[in-house]
Amino acid sequence: MAPLFKSKPTPPHGEPFVWLGAMGLAVGVIMVAGLFILILSNGLSVFWPARVVEFKLKDGSIVAGEIVREQVQAGGAKELQIHTGNKDVYGLAYRFVAETDIVSRSEPPGYLMVGRIEYGNAILQPVSLVLGDGTTVKADATTFDDRLQSLVKEAAARRRQIEKVEKVEIGAINRKMTASDVELRALERDSKLDAEHREKRKLAIKNSTATLQKEYETLAAQARDLRAAQNRDFLNYRLATGEERKESAGNLMMFYHPNSLGFFGRVEIFFSRIWEFLTEQPREANTEGGIFPAIFGTFVMTLMMCVLVTPFGVIAAIYLREYAKQGLIVRAVRISVNNLAGVPSIVFGVFGLGFFVYTLGAAVDQQLFSDALPTPTFGTGGIFWASLTLALLTLPVIIVATEEALVAVPRGIREAALAAGASKWQTIQRVVLPSATPGILTGVVLAMARGAGEVAPLMLVGVVKLAPSLPLDTVAPFFHLDRKFMHLGFHIYDLGFQSPDSDAAKPMVFATALLLILLVIVMNLAAILLRNRLRKRYAIGTF
Amino acid sequence: MSDEATASPITGVFTLNPRMIEVRDFSFWYGAKQAIFNVAMNIPERKVTAFIGPSGCGKSTLLRNLNRMNDLIDGVRHEGDILLDGQSLYDPSVEVISLRKRVGMVFQKSNPFPKSIYENVVFSLRVAGRNKRSELDEVVETSLRHVALWDEVKDRLHESAYGLSGGQMQRLCIARAIANRPQILLMDEPCSALDPIATLKIEELMSQLKEEYTIVIVTHNMQQARRIADDTAYFLLGKLIEHAPTSDIFTNPQRIETERYISGQMG
Repeated sequence: MAPLFKSKPTPPHGEPFVWLGAMGLAVGVIMVAGLFILILSNGLSVFWPARVVEFKLKDGSIVAGEIVREQVQAGGAKELQIHTGNKDVYGLAYRFVAETDIVSRSEPPGYLMVGRIEYGNAILQPVSLVLGDGTTVKADATTFDDRLQSLVKEAAARRRQIEKVEKVEIGAINRKMTASDVELRALERDSKLDAEHREKRKLAIKNSTATLQKEYETLAAQARDLRAAQNRDFLNYRLATGEERKESAGNLMMFYHPNSLGFFGRVEIFFSRIWEFLTEQPREANTEGGIFPAIFGTFVMTLMMCVLVTPFGVIAAIYLREYAKQGLIVRAVRISVNNLAGVPSIVFGVFGLGFFVYTLGAAVDQQLFSDALPTPTFGTGGIFWASLTLALLTLPVIIVATEEALVAVPRGIREAALAAGASKWQTIQRVVLPSATPGILTGVVLAMARGAGEVAPLMLVGVVKLAPSLPLDTVAPFFHLDRKFMHLGFHIYDLGFQSPDSDAAKPMVFATALLLILLVIVMNLAAILLRNRLRKRYAIGTF
Repeated sequence: MSDEATASPITGVFTLNPRMIEVRDFSFWYGAKQAIFNVAMNIPERKVTAFIGPSGCGKSTLLRNLNRMNDLIDGVRHEGDILLDGQSLYDPSVEVISLRKRVGMVFQKSNPFPKSIYENVVFSLRVAGRNKRSELDEVVETSLRHVALWDEVKDRLHESAYGLSGGQMQRLCIARAIANRPQILLMDEPCSALDPIATLKIEELMSQLKEEYTIVIVTHNMQQARRIADDTAYFLLGKLIEHAPTSDIFTNPQRIETERYISGQMG
């Protein structure tokens, strides 16, 4: 009998292509994972408190700082990048030292890493604390750390108080002053008013302005006193170079002993730094402090973009797919919409600036905010125009996804709805749209990912390097659609390429990139979870 | 009711209308292709009428014209007329939506909506704007009892209809079709995707439903037609070949084509 199988079966046709496909996928996965690991390791290492190393150099000078990385120069010579801090003295917070110049290195325990409001970190050897009442605490005293800690705490409390007085209380007075200013100008312009009545109103406004001015002066004095108190106590310290300096306690934010800290102490500092990064305002031209305004701005803008684009896109797709007579015109429209996705995003930015900001915004100002002119309210970039521009940019994504989802709704359930006496709109609204919702949400996820990462158009329509206030706060009317805002993508560009000390900013660039990715992932996950829940409910039945 | 040549069966107090649906010389085209050729037939009230014939013979097309479902397809046209209770379906004054409320339909593939069992049953009421809770509850129970599904699903009325088995889904679709009490129930091969036990249940159901509804069923299964239909119409290539009481068709067919089909020599 002939054997049933050949001893060595020939591989089925097409086998190499399976391998080719798998290889393509593998390359993609490795690239994504590599990029993520690079950003993750660089972004997180910013927050880890390293040890401070003291180098003696050939020329006799001493350098102390954290080793950031080693790099090999063109000639093969090794070079160390060192974070020395003390920007106020050295000019830059980083310097490069050739390995051949180093005579010896040690890790003396006396160093203190101090976080400051201005000029970034300082790496120093403490000498003494000079308090406002004249007492001095030497650095070797056992109570030194506790005293310094309590000074830092007091300084932080005073800072909060100053901020409350200056931002909240004086801010409220400023708003009232501006309002009465606008009212005054409106009075001047109102020709229908008789002169007597006008003078009466003017006087009333002037009186209330005078009261406000008085209130302002007391508050300003209060703020001055608090600021003076910030400079009452001093920390005397010595740099690695031997230079003696002093720093007012009000400028200190935190401190730790980098060379005698245990592992758990380091972990604690690691997380407190991450927390600071997530919740604080930026300082020092954005290279220090946190990026909370940028996180918040990105989040609000992306959400607003989704709210604007989804209804428009879905309605457009419903008309295109369900109502319009399928023919040449509809095909042309569909092709145009698809091609819209290929237009460079900066073009959308220019359109947003020209149409939304200069045309629509100016018209809105004329109609609703004419009292404030010539200061523009909506006639300048703002979060609403930015969201609208991005909504336009992502519209094709939503339309295409919705159309696909509508086509995928089985014919059977449409017919069933019509046979049950539903009108066409009832069929779409009650049966077709619910079945298509998971597909539409997929489109929203894609649109969100595209919109959140976009930078170029935003630069034209409302993103700024530093926004003084958030687009959403506790001052009526709470939503400030006209405000400029900060954005993580723009923040990355600004830090990496527009900052004077790019070495100092590099860690922040990675950390910000990590955060942008995480924000997009979190928002996408939320949409995907919603989609999966709906999909379970609307799963297409099978026998 | 005038005296007709066909004997009017009398049940209780009503006289049943032997010409509930009257198809008059009806032809139908999909674009250039003619699917139905000059069909004329009367479908009696509260009986089960089965349409049989090989695939592509126009039986489904005719059925879907009875509630004007074919209007949805582009490029169709017709000649002749179909009358429901003496009124033309194609009269310009006829509103398709109200017509479909009088003529319910069950499809070949069960097609529950992506909604709960409850919402599936009351769909036709909701789209008609009837949202009174007590009324809906009552309709759900009577409709589901009618299709013998109530006891199986009464504890999970608000769960997705997609959790049901194939036979249950098809019975749910029947419950949905009868929820707003149409006069006529059209069934397009309702059992073709079901196993024999589920099929049997639906056949039992049909013999109960004909007490209240006029049923027109398209089927490929001649045994099924024999079991449930009062009248049977045999179609071939878009033409009505023979229309007679079921027993006559199966025991004493008048036309040679019919005989060949039911004896399994063709189709």
